[in-house]
Amino acid sequence: MLDFVVWLSETKWSIALHESLYLYPWIESTHVLSICLFFGTLLFVDLRLTDKVFNKLSVSEMNTKVLPLTIFGFLVMSITGLLLFYAIPVRNYQNIFFRIKMLLIAVAGINAFFFHRRMSKEAKIWDKDSSIPRSMKNSAITSLVLWSSVIISGRMIAYNWFDCDRQPQPRWINELTSCEVDYSLFEGIDGF
Amino acid sequence: MVSKELIDIFYVLEDTFIGEYVRSSIWLFPVIESFHLIGLGILGGSVVIMDFKLMKLIFRGTNKIYILDQTRKFFIVGLSLLILTGVPLFLSEAVKCYYSRAFWIKMISLVIGVLFVYFVRNPLIVKKEGTILILIGFVSFSIWTVVAASGRWIGFS
Repeated sequence: MLDFVVWLSETKWSIALHESLYLYPWIESTHVLSICLFFGTLLFVDLRLTDKVFNKLSVSEMNTKVLPLTIFGFLVMSITGLLLFYAIPVRNYQNIFFRIKMLLIAVAGINAFFFHRRMSKEAKIWDKDSSIPRSMKNSAITSLVLWSSVIISGRMIAYNWFDCDRQPQPRWINELTSCEVDYSLFEGIDGF
Repeated sequence: MVSKELIDIFYVLEDTFIGEYVRSSIWLFPVIESFHLIGLGILGGSVVIMDFKLMKLIFRGTNKIYILDQTRKFFIVGLSLLILTGVPLFLSEAVKCYYSRAFWIKMISLVIGVLFVYFVRNPLIVKKEGTILILIGFVSFSIWTVVAASGRWIGFS
């Protein structure tokens, strides 16, 4: 995998993107705007299931009207996120917060998959008797906690406390981030 | 253009206890910044839902006052979180902000955005009908897009 991201970092477009004065900030700004669209609309979709908001509207109605915006936000967020990764692939790949973010996205994705599968099957029933199961309410709150954590870990990627070129770092950090380190350089330092 | 009196105030602000405390910690600034982004997301959600409704892009058959009623509290929560986290972020690098064009654009558009929502958009939602509301929704959405985008550009200054 490291070989692949090194190759990616040497491609013409990756270098151009990384060195561009305006394109990178524009992509990052679009990423932030799409996060607002995605998270902001998801907040209403999820909180509808807890009956905290828009409880005069049915769950189906809320999904039909707001979920397309959430999906659009997610698509733009993913495309711009991929471009941001492509601009600095090695640093991102070896960034501990990037890895935490990817893990959280995977967990949030699994939660979303089961959440929406059940919702598409049962939303019509909840529309009629207006009793949403507790497990769905918990799943909605879990979704918000997970996506908030994705935002926090994503923001942390910009900070380089654990970058591979900032040594010495604890061994477990280097192992978690796939940093290739010559420990003989740090002989005599506590913990190495 | 540098104003001697104003820049002196910014130096004083940067030297405040909060400014120094945030600067002295390597974790605090990023953590506060993350919650700032979450605040922006909450405010963004309420703005998008209300303004898109006014632009007739969503909730076509739903009463606009009901949408306002449901989104209003999220606007307040989002704005409060933005201010609560934005102030320490600003105090930690007030002088840098003074010289940042993006900072001034954000501050001016933020004030315009809040005034527009409370003194133009919300009262007109209650009083008016028709195409004027499409324009109001578009203007409000545009202002808040500038707030969010210029905020990100402060980091690139």
